Amino acid sequence: MSQKNEVLELFNKFFSSRVGIIFTGAFIGVVAAILQHEGNPGNMGFCMACFERDIAGALGLHRTEVVQYLRPEIPGIILGAFIASVVFKEFSARTGSAPVVRFVLGFFAMIGALVFLGCPWRAFLRLAGGDWNAILGLAGLASGVYIGTIFIKNGFNLGRNRKTYPLAGLILPAIAILLMVLLIWDPSLESGVPFQSIKGPGSQHAPIALAFGVALAVGFFAQRSRFCTVAGIRDTILIRDIHLLLGAIALVVAAFLTNLILGQFEPGFEGQPVAHHDHLWNYLGMLLAGLAFVLAGGCPGRQLVLSGEGDADASIFVLGMVAGAAFSHNFTIASSPSGVGDWGPGAVIFGLVVCFIIGFTMREKA
Amino acid sequence: MVERLDVRGLSCPQPIFKTQKKLWEMKRGVLEVLVDDGTAKQNVTRTAEREGWKVEIKELEHGEFLLILSKD
Repeated sequence: MSQKNEVLELFNKFFSSRVGIIFTGAFIGVVAAILQHEGNPGNMGFCMACFERDIAGALGLHRTEVVQYLRPEIPGIILGAFIASVVFKEFSARTGSAPVVRFVLGFFAMIGALVFLGCPWRAFLRLAGGDWNAILGLAGLASGVYIGTIFIKNGFNLGRNRKTYPLAGLILPAIAILLMVLLIWDPSLESGVPFQSIKGPGSQHAPIALAFGVALAVGFFAQRSRFCTVAGIRDTILIRDIHLLLGAIALVVAAFLTNLILGQFEPGFEGQPVAHHDHLWNYLGMLLAGLAFVLAGGCPGRQLVLSGEGDADASIFVLGMVAGAAFSHNFTIASSPSGVGDWGPGAVIFGLVVCFIIGFTMREKA
Repeated sequence: MVERLDVRGLSCPQPIFKTQKKLWEMKRGVLEVLVDDGTAKQNVTRTAEREGWKVEIKELEHGEFLLILSKD
């Protein structure tokens, strides 16, 4: 075996081990707290839902002025995973596993996440920052995942994908590069695109190079370790395997300790950053998100990683999330620190109905 | 008797869920699992080892792997 292959093999062994998944979770927790310290909004070192929503806003897909920014973390994670999959010869373009259903699941996952105000990564980061409203969100997430595992046990399956032309798997990495070009070049068109918030969460961000750099590393490590917060809960319930859950726990512990060191731990329900304390809708919003994520096979971070390694179905899910973000803001579904949006509760209930129909109808015959 | 399971093209958690179900049914013997991506290879291997099965990995063409799971 050549020296290069030996190094790759060692790397593989490390990241497929228990220590590897704990390292990945801890790394994400530490850098998330640092990104917050360096400018990202409170308890939002990473948030796939919020960041995709900000990107949708920057592109003018919604016009909520306080949440518009081309967040480099999203392209960073996709490209980090892309690099890892190429280096380890795992890049494989594939598609055909119910793509339009995945779009719908991404759409409603985003709606649920924006009623709570965060993706599963942010729910854990909010907890690590002392935002106790996250407990309701995480309870909702676990409930949604639990319902999803019942569907899986009863034969729910989105079907097999198949190998396809490499171009299909390169679309999202290419979009990631274009977003970075747009962010750095900033053409400032007459229409105002790309929009950039001058106040609110969209105006708060860490330096581009730092955010993009750490996101590249996160994408790389997450691709090798298969880090996934939703699968951590799912596998614990479904097959009694806590391997991936250890990664999520490591994320919380590492972010908590880093927050303590940086003076960012502020416990309580009230006055938390980019959060509201409507317990019912925090719970139900994340229940919807958890159900949609588990039916689609993973949390939004994992979907970005899969998109980077050529999974065009995961790319469709991500695009569904971006569309869901635009609808959430255009239709007053998304919550704000002052509370739940007018159409938020209705959209969550509608989303749950849609997810249940998908769960009941897309089943393999035994 | 050797049993076979083809989980190519299936996304998470189907490869591990189907493998574990089969291992529980079989209790011992040999199960050959055909996978076509790194995640399934890694997860099926971990699941089988956790259940006390030995795992032998054979690399096939086109990014596919045959995982031979055995238990006496």
